[in-house]
Amino acid sequence: MLNDRLDYGTPPRRDAAPVALTVDGVSVTVPQGTSVMRAAIEAGVPLPRLCATDTLEPFGSCRVCLVQIEGRKGYPASCTTPVAEGMAVTTRSDSLQRLRRNVIELYVSEHPLDCADCPADGNCELQTTASELGVSASRYGGCADRPQTAKDHSNPYFTFDPAQCIVCHRCVRACDDIQGSFALTIAGRGFDSVVSAGQQEPFMASDCVSCGACVDTCPTAALTENSIIESGQPQRSIITTCAYCGVGCGFEAQLRDDRVVNMKPWKAGKANEGHACVKGRFAYGYATHEDRITTPMVRDRTDQPWRPVSWDEAFAFAARRLRATQQQHGRDSVGAISSSRCTNEEVWLVQKLVRAGFGNNNIDTCARVCHSPTGYGLKTTLGESAGTQDFASVEQSDVILVMGSNPTDAHPVFASRLIRRLRQGAKLIVADPRRIRLVETAPNVRATHYLPVRPGSNVAFINAMAHVVVTEGLEDRDFIEARCEAAAYTAWRDFISDPQHAPEAAEGVTGVPAADLRGAARLYATGGNAAIYYGLGVTEHSQGSTTVMGIANLAMATGNLGRPGVGVNPMRGQNNVQGSCDMGSFPHELPGYRHVSVTEARHQFEQAWGVRIDPEPGLRIPNMFDAALDGNFRGLYCQGEDLAQSDPNTQHVEQALAALDCLIVQDLFLTETAKFAHVFLPGSSFLEKDGTFTNAERRISRVRQVIPPLAGLADWQVTRGLARALGVAMDYSHPGEIMDEIARLTPTFAGVSYAKLDQLGSIQWPCNDAAPDGTPVMHREQFVRGKGQFALTPFVPTDERASRRYPLLLTTGRILSQYNVGAQTRRTANNRWHDEDILELHPQDAEQRGIRDGDWAGIQSRVGETVLRARLTTDLQPGVVYTTFHHPFSGANVVTTENSDWATNCPEYKVTAVQVSRVTAPSAWQARQRATDRAQRALLQPARRKDESLRQPG
Amino acid sequence: MSDTPTRIFLPGDTTACALGADAVAQAVAHEAAARGLAVDVIRNGSRGLYWLEPLLEVQVGNRRIGYGPVSVAQVGPLFEGGLLRGAPAPGFQGEVDELPALRGQTRVTFSRAGIIDPLSLRDYRQLGGYRGLTRALTLCPADIVNEIENSGLRGRGGAAFPTGVKWRTVLEADPGPDGRKYVVCNADEGDSGTFADRLLMEADPFQLIEGMTIAGLATGADRGYIYLRSEYPRAAEVLHRALAVAREAGVLGDDLLGSRLAFDIELRIGAGAYICGEETALLESLEGRRGLVRVKPPLPAIHGLFGQPTVVNNVLTLAAASTILADGAAAYRQHGTGRSAGTLTVQLAGNVRHGGLYEVPFGAPLRTLLEEFGGGTASGRPLRAVQVGGPLGAYLPETQWDLPLDYEAFAAAGALLGHGGVVLFDETVDMRRQARFAMEFCAAESCGKCTPCRVGAVRGAELIDRIAGPGDQRALLEELCETMEAGSLCAMGGLTPMPVRSALAHFPEDFHG
Repeated sequence: MLNDRLDYGTPPRRDAAPVALTVDGVSVTVPQGTSVMRAAIEAGVPLPRLCATDTLEPFGSCRVCLVQIEGRKGYPASCTTPVAEGMAVTTRSDSLQRLRRNVIELYVSEHPLDCADCPADGNCELQTTASELGVSASRYGGCADRPQTAKDHSNPYFTFDPAQCIVCHRCVRACDDIQGSFALTIAGRGFDSVVSAGQQEPFMASDCVSCGACVDTCPTAALTENSIIESGQPQRSIITTCAYCGVGCGFEAQLRDDRVVNMKPWKAGKANEGHACVKGRFAYGYATHEDRITTPMVRDRTDQPWRPVSWDEAFAFAARRLRATQQQHGRDSVGAISSSRCTNEEVWLVQKLVRAGFGNNNIDTCARVCHSPTGYGLKTTLGESAGTQDFASVEQSDVILVMGSNPTDAHPVFASRLIRRLRQGAKLIVADPRRIRLVETAPNVRATHYLPVRPGSNVAFINAMAHVVVTEGLEDRDFIEARCEAAAYTAWRDFISDPQHAPEAAEGVTGVPAADLRGAARLYATGGNAAIYYGLGVTEHSQGSTTVMGIANLAMATGNLGRPGVGVNPMRGQNNVQGSCDMGSFPHELPGYRHVSVTEARHQFEQAWGVRIDPEPGLRIPNMFDAALDGNFRGLYCQGEDLAQSDPNTQHVEQALAALDCLIVQDLFLTETAKFAHVFLPGSSFLEKDGTFTNAERRISRVRQVIPPLAGLADWQVTRGLARALGVAMDYSHPGEIMDEIARLTPTFAGVSYAKLDQLGSIQWPCNDAAPDGTPVMHREQFVRGKGQFALTPFVPTDERASRRYPLLLTTGRILSQYNVGAQTRRTANNRWHDEDILELHPQDAEQRGIRDGDWAGIQSRVGETVLRARLTTDLQPGVVYTTFHHPFSGANVVTTENSDWATNCPEYKVTAVQVSRVTAPSAWQARQRATDRAQRALLQPARRKDESLRQPG
Repeated sequence: MSDTPTRIFLPGDTTACALGADAVAQAVAHEAAARGLAVDVIRNGSRGLYWLEPLLEVQVGNRRIGYGPVSVAQVGPLFEGGLLRGAPAPGFQGEVDELPALRGQTRVTFSRAGIIDPLSLRDYRQLGGYRGLTRALTLCPADIVNEIENSGLRGRGGAAFPTGVKWRTVLEADPGPDGRKYVVCNADEGDSGTFADRLLMEADPFQLIEGMTIAGLATGADRGYIYLRSEYPRAAEVLHRALAVAREAGVLGDDLLGSRLAFDIELRIGAGAYICGEETALLESLEGRRGLVRVKPPLPAIHGLFGQPTVVNNVLTLAAASTILADGAAAYRQHGTGRSAGTLTVQLAGNVRHGGLYEVPFGAPLRTLLEEFGGGTASGRPLRAVQVGGPLGAYLPETQWDLPLDYEAFAAAGALLGHGGVVLFDETVDMRRQARFAMEFCAAESCGKCTPCRVGAVRGAELIDRIAGPGDQRALLEELCETMEAGSLCAMGGLTPMPVRSALAHFPEDFHG
């Protein structure tokens, strides 16, 4: 068993014949291709080194790890020398030690010797190695130093100090080989070699994406986190899971004096394997931002100031209002929305509160507005509402189709893994209205096919792909026969073979040249292991569910399911989208995707909870809004979702929220939604609580409390408090007990427990008797539903079509540095990269409208209007415009409509017909937003004062 | 006046041109025109007798009569004095082939150099060219490799690795799904005092092209690269044109001599880094990266250019392959001594009277080169030190001048033959400055990857400056040399101590104050 805290110097070799050797007389057996260094360390023989680390291929530059090998001349470097059968290695001899000391002395001769004042003091590999070898000074007096350049402070999160650099190239190699950005290089030659970002530019001006890989691997203080420079080296750490995107990276939260001073990516974290991005790695400062609200607050009307109250008063106030509402307007007049940002345990409690406390099924989750079509589409075709693979699967892919997903920005750590595979020669197909960064990440790493699919035409596109496969005889007949429903396949085959689905016929709709599409389809079908990765560019459409089924059809038809390297992989937007769906946050489904109308499923919960479960499905989020405006829905408990910023047609949402009698918001900050609330329950950030997140690969990972909850209660305790006030018993003393209940009541989670999570690090569900350690790849022998179900996928154009009045199609997305509504990232230095949302449009469309780069552009749809600064880019096709929605004032969702997926009501964020024109002032909505924001902040003042008095150190 | 123009040869070689050959060639054409004489001025390569350049040769019957060094001012008098008849006139050397400096050599690789028009495939073929490739096309790859192995040919770039073993490794290496193998010619001739590669490329480029093609057939490579240093623009021009001629003639390209076998060559120009003569740094540079030394293993033969099995050989090694295939391994092997088979091309430079290129069988004593061919120093002062094998080679005192030119004999004496460069120094040389130069050179040319070379070379130069100062600087320098030698990643840092230590050992008197 390897120790994940130990650095073995070089990466492991797998699946190779064993080789036996001795190191200082100790016998050790390692796979062929393993370095002598790794073999020695595995044998328990430490070896000094500076340029080697087991996350990077060996480089052989420091020459400190030299050894002697019987029968060989000289002193080979152990990091670059592979083991051989019967090899006898000596790591300790007088001559070796002298040689090592003399090499270290050369380092010391050009290194500042002010260790006591150095931020890396105590965590510097040069310092440790020199001390182990007994080198404290250099005999080379009066020598030249390398040409010194000033420290680079340009990046807000770390500092580059060239004087501390030992030119080990680890940062450069990490940037190339782990991150894939190629932002760093070595400038100069020989003694003048110096690490350089870009063409000797500041880091911020270079291609650096601030992933932190260079900082992590730097053995000295050359690249150091500013937080560590300011606060000092950490003293202890706690392993937890990132709360941003659906990659779910493992981190070591490092503390000094009970303060988080660093988030170090966890090497043993299976989702990220020691890598991170600018959000998870650095943007955690929001957790202690001064905007945090840490006092429960209530008010009778939303135009009144907030009254700070105790937790119990807040719970009682909320319970009273909810019960009163139900008494007056009926049991179904209240509901809740759970958050995909919260833990499984917290989400579980919210749906339990609704079902057991409210007595209805009015529970929905923000996954409604992102990946609900994934749940529907994959359940229908494959039998399970989840991605089929683990992330490591991509390392065995030969062809990768990325559709409606922007991994380098939205799932950067997975993107790095994907790019590594591309650099090994896998072929890439990108289908997206925008020429996303992945299309060409380096001059020699680019997509074989970039297919600019017009927004709203995904179904026509995916059907054309399948049409080529079927009509050109590229299907995997054996797979289809063995694994899929014959009748459904035959019907689908007839359907898809129809000439109306031919690429030539689809070209007019999709805008994708038929020949390119045929090439891509042939590559996908015949290029070896082919995997599909898709995102919200697939789901957030009126035919989102249809496209998901089309994707599953294509994978089944080509036999690309059920083994590593292939599969259908939804890239989940939020950290716990998968989990919140698994936990029964849907008005029609109990945990584990069991319909509420199924008596046995209901019965199980009724027995466990001692209540009656309503057999009728409840309201979905958009239904809640409509019902609120109709007066039938009056009370809402909203856990950590900013509906007013993130849901489509903002003005409609605002009216609905304003119509509620009781809005309870549980959040970190005064969100746009909280401005409409009557009760504010302070939330806790991921650093303040225990629980689990389930990432895009169904991986359940532990979230561990790193600091105490700022408001005194963790989110699960808040829901428990509200439940108790409503008379629902929730006798949990720790989230681990909630997980035990989840395991008891959810078949796919049957084998999950905190003890097992601690033991295995993480678990991919299903985890039960059949798969006690979890399931990295699903549908191996058969599909979860038995036989795969080909679904008919007729293309129905969306109502959102370019017209004379609204001739352009607006599509939306995310950027690397900001996260969704930005509540967290806007409260960090990530704003340095993106401090406002921008409207991107093609120069041709801009010219027609007299819009120049940097002008204010008004965007008008049939539901609203907003104004953003314009940027001209040819990454879009003419006729398509694009923006992000990270800043509330941008009002991107003022423009989007309530058009939604036919099956799941997932909003069609990705297609809005708009007109764009040059303007000189913000829109009327934006003016109102500013005024409301000012007014609501003023109403917060009494509570803020109490908050501050509480924060004064006692 | 006869109808057939008289053939006059003036080298287009870089050194000859640096000494005025272009101007002389122009003057000859001008003078002949003025006199109404029909002459055909052929820009041949150099014979390597640089002290005679510009060496003008005139063809008289079957003989080539030489005049040199010739200046522009002498051209008129030469014509006046009966140049076209081969009459004795200023600079008259008689029949060039009979010059002792040529007769005393064993010209194998340089048998055509200076004789033919470098870009005439007909000239090349007339003197035996493309016999080697023609034969190779009748052999299977393993038999070609056997032939090279049996010849005893070793790498002429300096490391003297058996060429046959290298080729066999590439032949047997699995090229993986990519399927490609490569032949890379190392023409980054950067050692001070060496010029044999350039002379060959400028005088007889088809020999290199043929040798590379044979290497391709032997190993299963269909693509070759010549990595030429940027300081050789004339060689680049000659190679560029020669490659076009070879392609046009079907001895290069998709269908070698109608065999349906393919091999083509691309010429790439370096960017001025000495370290790119190190084979792995060269491969990095060819791939478009910084010229940083790679670790070995993996060997380039298995994991070379673009990760594929690759032959990397010096110009002279590849050129020799064509001769070996043409005349057989035994003919090559009859030259030389012990494990050093064939001929060595010695380049005499520095303070030498008869500087130039001399091809001799291995085993000849160094002294013969210095005294008989070189004729002692140019200054006329006594010779004091000789550096053999480029800037990383040892400085030899007179006691070592009787060493035979043999890889093993030199190694045993703590020296190396390298690429055959020999630089002479007279009694005025300051060996401490020379030792410092070795460190300075390393500091200037180090790729910066490994610490002993990157930092050690700078510290070494500083130490030599202080060597007479307080403290035991000499012992520290000795330790530094040991660290660089034992700890460096490649031969650059590993061999830099050799000139330093040899200077210290043999010329200690220069290091006292």
